[in-house]
Amino acid sequence: MLECRDLDVSYGDLQALWGVSLDVEAGEIVAMIGPNGAGKTTIMRTLAGLLTPTRGAISLEGRRVEREPGHRRVELGMALVPEGRRLFGTMTVLENLELGAYPGRARAERRGALEWVYGIFPILAERRRQLAGTLSGGQQQMVAIGRALMSRPRLLLLDEPSLGLAPVVVEAIFEVIRQINAEGVTVLLVEQNARAALRLATRGYVIENGRVVRHDRADTLLHDPNVREAYLGAVVGTAGTAVPPTVGEAPPPSPNNEGELAEPADGPPPLLGGEGGTT
Amino acid sequence: MTVTPESFAQSLVFGLLVGALYGLAAAGLSLVFGVMKVLNVAHGDLLMLGGYGSFWLFTLYGVDPFVSLLIIGPALFVIGLALELALFRPLTRFDEETKIKNSLLIGFGLALVLENLAIRLWTADERGITTAYAGTVARLGAINLPLDRLGNLAVALAVIVGLHLFLTRTYLGKGIRATAEDWQAATLVGINVRRTYLIAFALGTALAGVAGTLVTVGFAVSPTIGLDWTLKALIVVVLAGLGSVFGTFVGGLLLGLGESLVTLIPNGGSYRELVGLVLFVVVLLVRPQGLFGRSR
Repeated sequence: MLECRDLDVSYGDLQALWGVSLDVEAGEIVAMIGPNGAGKTTIMRTLAGLLTPTRGAISLEGRRVEREPGHRRVELGMALVPEGRRLFGTMTVLENLELGAYPGRARAERRGALEWVYGIFPILAERRRQLAGTLSGGQQQMVAIGRALMSRPRLLLLDEPSLGLAPVVVEAIFEVIRQINAEGVTVLLVEQNARAALRLATRGYVIENGRVVRHDRADTLLHDPNVREAYLGAVVGTAGTAVPPTVGEAPPPSPNNEGELAEPADGPPPLLGGEGGTT
Repeated sequence: MTVTPESFAQSLVFGLLVGALYGLAAAGLSLVFGVMKVLNVAHGDLLMLGGYGSFWLFTLYGVDPFVSLLIIGPALFVIGLALELALFRPLTRFDEETKIKNSLLIGFGLALVLENLAIRLWTADERGITTAYAGTVARLGAINLPLDRLGNLAVALAVIVGLHLFLTRTYLGKGIRATAEDWQAATLVGINVRRTYLIAFALGTALAGVAGTLVTVGFAVSPTIGLDWTLKALIVVVLAGLGSVFGTFVGGLLLGLGESLVTLIPNGGSYRELVGLVLFVVVLLVRPQGLFGRSR
């Protein structure tokens, strides 16, 4: 489905990715985990065409796309739900969803896609006349995912879908990702909430300092002592623990603790916020 | 001169009639700025081109300015396409601040070129046209309503309503608004942002052309009117804020009203040009996002 080979990406003089290679097979859910600033969002933005790699190749269903502009990649079957959601806050929920079906083919089929999205998120049908910027954080995330689904992607890229959401909402969002995947959409997921992400995924990649440092089956990573210590270890109160906690041999906390990573939703985020996280 | 209810009402009417043109001129500038984050200070000179188009079509071929609109609008649209591709497109790869700065330089250069081109081609004389219905006045009580300027108001309103419907009801228009709000998110939903910039700029240029055509109805054109109109449009954009077509139009009406009412003050006529500049400074100090703009 998706193949990346030796991607180098730079912001000006600052190189952010070093020889990143990863594969996503059709039907999979693949998770990328790693500390803040490791380059996960940079990888996603490069895949979506917002950044151009200085070296390396990206193939989508066997077709080279690293030189295709971002809007073309949507037509080719790939859609990114960006970090921070990036909704069109001055437009209604329905307008946001309709814009998700902007490319020609998707536009012709938007009625059916809208039914599908409303089936997944019934609340959005109720809220369709409401301005997207006035929704709660969880509902905004639903609009963001729904908007991406409106182009009927075969590969869905999700960048931090649980960021800033209450634990119960996070669970609902993860359930939806499972459901979308069951309907045949391949998923590549970036998550701070590493435990939940690896439970959902078939395989996982660990990203550190702009490089892929490990990749393996998700359950192998879940039970790997090093990964447990670095990314699934004792939960510190704040979201986004950039530095792996040094907890030594301490056993990981009970599985229910990871929800604490999420901050409660408090109003809409800044429209242009949620960038960065990449060096 | 004492202010009577009649003279006050008359000033109101004249203010609104001029203000409609300010609003229309500003709509194009606002569209281009809002979508591309590019300040086209040659906007008034594109308006001047539209004015000359109308003048020559009338003088050489006897085409009524209200008919010329149908020629000049599309012609300026095409000129806008060419200008965007040649001059403004190279700016798209810069960050927002560099883009604005460089667009000012390009805009000033373009303004100088257009102004001097107009002087060479058509001399520096002021030009005006006199239609058969010029000077015809409808009377509403004691108030004079010049028919040609009423026509201006009607056309300006129709164009503004049309623009609003285009931006809120069509896929292309919504794509333009989406790009204005967040071009990266627009890219992610499959909008060709470069093409959207091209269309928005051409549309803004066409709006300048239409405004210029209306200027020839009841006003004079000369090669040097460009900067004045850019300034008026800029004042209106600052006054109204970005994001609403109707807001921009109302901003134009307010500027027209202000300029007109100040003439009621004894010797107020000499302060006419000051009104806009005072509004400009006050709005920037008190409400920088403009009367109808969204705060960021």
